[in-house]
Amino acid sequence: MIVVTILYYLVTAYIAVVIAANFLKRKKWQEEVLYLIVLIPFILRLLRLK
Amino acid sequence: MVLRKIAIAALGAVLAVFAGLSFYHSRHLAEPVVPGPGVARVARLGDYFPGIRGGINDANIYILEGKEPGGSVLILGGTHPEEPAGRLAAWILAENAVPVKGRLFVILSANRSATTATRLGGAYPPDYTIPTAWGGQTFRMGDRWSNPLDQWPDPEVYLHYPTRQQLAYMDIRNLNRAFPGRPHGTLTEQTCWAICELIRREKIDVEIDLHEAELQYPVISTIVAHEKGQDLAAMASMMISSNEGFALGTEASPKALRGLSHREIGDHTDAVSLLLEAPEPFLDATRGRTGRELLLTGKDEFIVRAGKRGLLFEKIDEKGWPIDVRVGRHCSAILQILETWSEDKPNKAVMISGVPKYAEVIKNGTGAYLKDPKTAPAGKVIFE
Repeated sequence: MIVVTILYYLVTAYIAVVIAANFLKRKKWQEEVLYLIVLIPFILRLLRLK
Repeated sequence: MVLRKIAIAALGAVLAVFAGLSFYHSRHLAEPVVPGPGVARVARLGDYFPGIRGGINDANIYILEGKEPGGSVLILGGTHPEEPAGRLAAWILAENAVPVKGRLFVILSANRSATTATRLGGAYPPDYTIPTAWGGQTFRMGDRWSNPLDQWPDPEVYLHYPTRQQLAYMDIRNLNRAFPGRPHGTLTEQTCWAICELIRREKIDVEIDLHEAELQYPVISTIVAHEKGQDLAAMASMMISSNEGFALGTEASPKALRGLSHREIGDHTDAVSLLLEAPEPFLDATRGRTGRELLLTGKDEFIVRAGKRGLLFEKIDEKGWPIDVRVGRHCSAILQILETWSEDKPNKAVMISGVPKYAEVIKNGTGAYLKDPKTAPAGKVIFE
């Protein structure tokens, strides 16, 4: 795995953590669902599933 | 509020698990191959370039050797796995061909990584099944490009090596834009390099890359030939068009468009490089529902309408372009190219039997030429 790929995975992990933190801060359930849907592709990429 | 967050997070986890399982099963669907009586041995692409050994693109190479010496021909299936007629025609060769003279090298998954993903946002089916007398064989749908799990990220601009021609950014993962490749490049470039190394080391005389094209693309129902192979392609085209019941044209490989197998393999190896295109309505931008039915029947009312408005480069009607027609065209084209080559170069002839022609594939169906892995002798099944 080349260095730039590893960096992209680190960036993906960072964004996933930020999205998860925003999910925890939200007070409206609609916004919580929105953050969760956005989070799923990042999780799947970190797990190397998609 | 905490309980609500836990419930929503749990719902998200369920969605992620279901989606993840679906993607995992699609990526790891086993595709059995029962090598035919002509297969002398199965090598790996990594045998020719250790840089990809053991990796996703360490593809199987089915090597068929005739009793009489002759030339060597390489068939590439799965350069673009979303063009299934190419892979299926190669499958038929690996499971049925009996070489009489010379050697035939067959690769079913030239870009194996690209067989493990489908097009982002394309709503492709994850797989498709070819009906057989023993129940059917399921294949991974695949995509045009290597799976981003294996090569990521894409650059803003893709500069082809070694010409530095600027190509579309995602084509850095397109096997048919990365030839001749390089040993220290991306996975796709390394795979191209391995294929070129195979051609150089095995002294391949003719290389045939099997593809399909959308009907709105002008290079369709044709043999694209490097200048070294234009006589061969022209003669094969004439013979097919007069004897087989379908028309197949010829196109000259453009020198100004880089990275394609018909251009770079011809330029960087001693092989004559050819590329075959069959019609695949599934790929057309104006298609309707992008499902298994369209992939296998080639029937689509919207593409028929486009044809009535003169927007297509190939005919289409309500009968569509069934997979058996497309596979049969590739089979007959390969057989005719081998026959023409062998007549012209008797000391480098490659002659095979056991492979059905166009009319036979249409009559019996592609599935009639796929072998049942359950009844194959132990240890005789290989997985792509």
